[in-house]
Amino acid sequence: MTVTVKTFARLADAAGALAQERGARFLAGGTLVMRAVNEADPAIETIVRSTDPNFATIGVSSGRIELGAGVTMAAILAERELTFLHPVARAVGGPAVREAATVGGNLFAPSPYGDFATALLALDAIVMLAGGVGQREAPLDDFLGRRDRGNALVSGVAFKRPAADAFRFLKVTRVHPKGVSVLSIAAQLPFASGRVAGARIAYGAMGQSPLRAKAAERALEGRALDAAGIAPALAVAADGTSPTDDAIASAWWRREILPVHLRRLLLGAGQA
Amino acid sequence: MLEFRKDIFADERDDNLKEVGQPTQRQDMLGHVTGTSPYYDDHRFANLLHLKILRSPHAHARIRSIDDSAAARAPGVKRIIRAADVPVNLNTLLSLIQFGKDDEPSLATDVVRYKGEPILGIVATSERAALEALALVRVSYDQLPAVFDVEEALKPGAPSVNAAYPKNTFEYYNKYDHQKLRYGDADAAFAQADIVIDERYQMSPIEHAPTETNGSITVPDTNGRYIVYTSTQALFFSLDTSAKINAIQSNQLHFIGGTVGGGFGGKVDTLTEPLCILAARLIGAPVRYRFSRHEEMQFGSPRGGERIYVKDGVMKNGRIIARKVRAYFDSGAYTRLSSYAVVKCAAHIPGPYTIPNVHGDIFCVFTNRTPATAMRGFGVTALDFALECQMDKGATAVGMDPLEYRILNAYRDGDMKAHRREAKNCALIECAQVAAEKANWPLRDEFRKMSSRQGGGAAHAGATADRTRAPAPAVAARTPASAQKSTPQRIAYERPAPATPARPAPPAPPPRSAPPPPAAPSAGSTHGAPRFSSVFGTRRR
Amino acid sequence: MKTPIQFRLNGEEVATFVEGGANLLDTLRESVGDMSVKGGCWQGTCGTCTVLIDGMPRLSCITLAESCAGLSIESVAGLRRGAELHPLQSAFMERFAAQCGYCTPGMLMAAKALLDKNPNPTRENVVDAICGNICRCTGYEPIINAVLDAARSDGRRRA
Repeated sequence: MTVTVKTFARLADAAGALAQERGARFLAGGTLVMRAVNEADPAIETIVRSTDPNFATIGVSSGRIELGAGVTMAAILAERELTFLHPVARAVGGPAVREAATVGGNLFAPSPYGDFATALLALDAIVMLAGGVGQREAPLDDFLGRRDRGNALVSGVAFKRPAADAFRFLKVTRVHPKGVSVLSIAAQLPFASGRVAGARIAYGAMGQSPLRAKAAERALEGRALDAAGIAPALAVAADGTSPTDDAIASAWWRREILPVHLRRLLLGAGQA
Repeated sequence: MLEFRKDIFADERDDNLKEVGQPTQRQDMLGHVTGTSPYYDDHRFANLLHLKILRSPHAHARIRSIDDSAAARAPGVKRIIRAADVPVNLNTLLSLIQFGKDDEPSLATDVVRYKGEPILGIVATSERAALEALALVRVSYDQLPAVFDVEEALKPGAPSVNAAYPKNTFEYYNKYDHQKLRYGDADAAFAQADIVIDERYQMSPIEHAPTETNGSITVPDTNGRYIVYTSTQALFFSLDTSAKINAIQSNQLHFIGGTVGGGFGGKVDTLTEPLCILAARLIGAPVRYRFSRHEEMQFGSPRGGERIYVKDGVMKNGRIIARKVRAYFDSGAYTRLSSYAVVKCAAHIPGPYTIPNVHGDIFCVFTNRTPATAMRGFGVTALDFALECQMDKGATAVGMDPLEYRILNAYRDGDMKAHRREAKNCALIECAQVAAEKANWPLRDEFRKMSSRQGGGAAHAGATADRTRAPAPAVAARTPASAQKSTPQRIAYERPAPATPARPAPPAPPPRSAPPPPAAPSAGSTHGAPRFSSVFGTRRR
Repeated sequence: MKTPIQFRLNGEEVATFVEGGANLLDTLRESVGDMSVKGGCWQGTCGTCTVLIDGMPRLSCITLAESCAGLSIESVAGLRRGAELHPLQSAFMERFAAQCGYCTPGMLMAAKALLDKNPNPTRENVVDAICGNICRCTGYEPIINAVLDAARSDGRRRA
């Protein structure tokens, strides 16, 4: 059985094909789909692609950042307005992978992959979906929970630019800098009068998909970022996580080291 | 930069080196940097077919039924290769030197014994077509209890893994379930030791993960022969193994290898050639059998895991007077080369140290893991890891510098080794001294002055240079164990002064029984490779 | 149903037909006949198959062949100019930066991608440039040294 490739100039048409064709998968960078095709994954019968230029655009307006789903990690690294995201993009594979790996693709990368999606989760991103009637939007948190169902086409993500120095990211890996994550942590830590106000903390490789550490977020509210201040958050660091054993690390190990790395990130020692 | 310490052993050196020490370029380096070094897969053939293998998803199971009818009808499929198609479907790699029983099928028949074991092959016009056809094969299994731990495998009631070796150990000389080394009386020596250090060491299986996976391409030639392009590290070994499994003459095969994209021992097991050749013979067309990366990781043989117990009896002055080693090699489900690794391990005990009482028991154990193979000094490397960790622990226990501890216990020329051979051309002491110098590691004066050529055992009757002469027996008849004195054999090292007198002769060696006679060669063997004396226990003349 | 594609390989126009879903690695090796590109995993994880596409390093095993229509691809086969080796190739030879040689084509292309954009890399730049390429033989140090040597020695820019 051969695979059919369909290329569309307009993203909306690609979305339509994705919804209609049997066994259709959208191909962006290829790190996930081409690997599966190489292995003769029977679930993929049609590859859907788009050459729509809007798909790979970076939009920076006052306070709001929009990333087309086709924006690559390399493009992020080349964008001076997005330096706060550079540690994340740099942690996704080596140079050749970064030329291919996309923002949209990373949303579908199975755990323990998905470091960029983890960062977007901490940035409170929304996902924009193409096709259907008009543009639909969904909070990334919700989207990740149902990403394996249905055949939606992500056209991009959007989020508010974080306050200067409020965004932090670290990735724990055996092979620097490109290895698969043992775990990753992204955090947005806005301050009000020297205290944390409205923290967002997201973990990668600590569950079926990137997830928010809501217990730790609540425990950080109104606290100072010093050893005493973060202690309650560290105590509940692993609440809500469900890491698995895989070839990279065991669930036990991930749970053990999570508070260590969260501590380093919060105290400023663990920047990627 | 390379530095020659010609001052060391200067009187033994013939200093006319021309090539050694000069940089020389690899003959294939230009090929490597231009991408022209030929690996087995760097050929194109019209109408090349692709062989893909159905593998067991279970570690241990009985095959109840196989239905490949849908696969046979799938688009692009040229031929199904079944167990019944394999002319000689039971082999062991070292049958080429008559070592071990044929225990491993090329395609499983009734039982699968490790996850990934081959069951069936499909040859198709593309890899994709072969993979899609594989997905249509229906196999039903009855899962069986499995064992993954070497010591669990040796407990009574453990699942029996290998039909040729039902007790889960390889059999040496068709009789012994392990290799044994005995010298002196270690147990008695432990009773006399000031400190006893008893530790357990473990190395997990290690995957070679060469950048190029295992693979081969067989091309029918015009005169009843087959050309085989292969990634093997061992051309003749693989050729003979493939000829045996295919029941054809060796001269019908023309193996072309040469550039191996990373071997490290993981490309000697001849895992692709036999079935690749069979497929080409059955169809009469070129066939490629190439491991995917997943197959290389799961099914490609790893370095076997090893569990090693080392017990040392040490005196306060730092001398190790006894060493007991019990080691288990995890061979996985089949023998491959682990039987030989165990012999190497036995030959390596107790390491490069003179220890008067040595006791070794080494087992080749079968478990339901991927069969293990050679990797970078197999049989010895893991043992050295264990022994050197043990040496560090011993040094700590007696409060001695770890390098000095090693120098003190090192072999010296003339020492009698546990294998009853005289140590010669020893150089551990000098290596340690130079390493200490380079690392600015302080050594006490007396240790900087020690030498491999001083302080070794004096020649004693019948046991020096001429190894062809059997040593004179120390006692006429063996005294029963109950009447034997339990004084351990000792070699008394004094801390040597610069002009040290010859050491006192050691006490009479303990009574030895004759080694078991080597197995008689099987009549009419088809593979007349020379025997390895280490395998059969005969001495090289 | 095969799709025709045309692209430039090492400066020459090539054209071939590809099956739906064919990757660039298999296309270069088996359709076009450029065996200088090697495959290690077909999963996009080892870097062995690295080529340059419009000057960027890319993993050919996970690149859809037909997405390369009209683009310019460089492989190791195109590095040398007749008898003259590229400075990277000479440097790899001098520094013994290859043993089995299987990762070498991918390493060279990854290094070329770096030097073409940054002729004066730091050691850290070199490490990052090859961090997606696995070598099982050399331990990487000879390769890093070779790339730094090539950068230092390359007085004339190669096009």
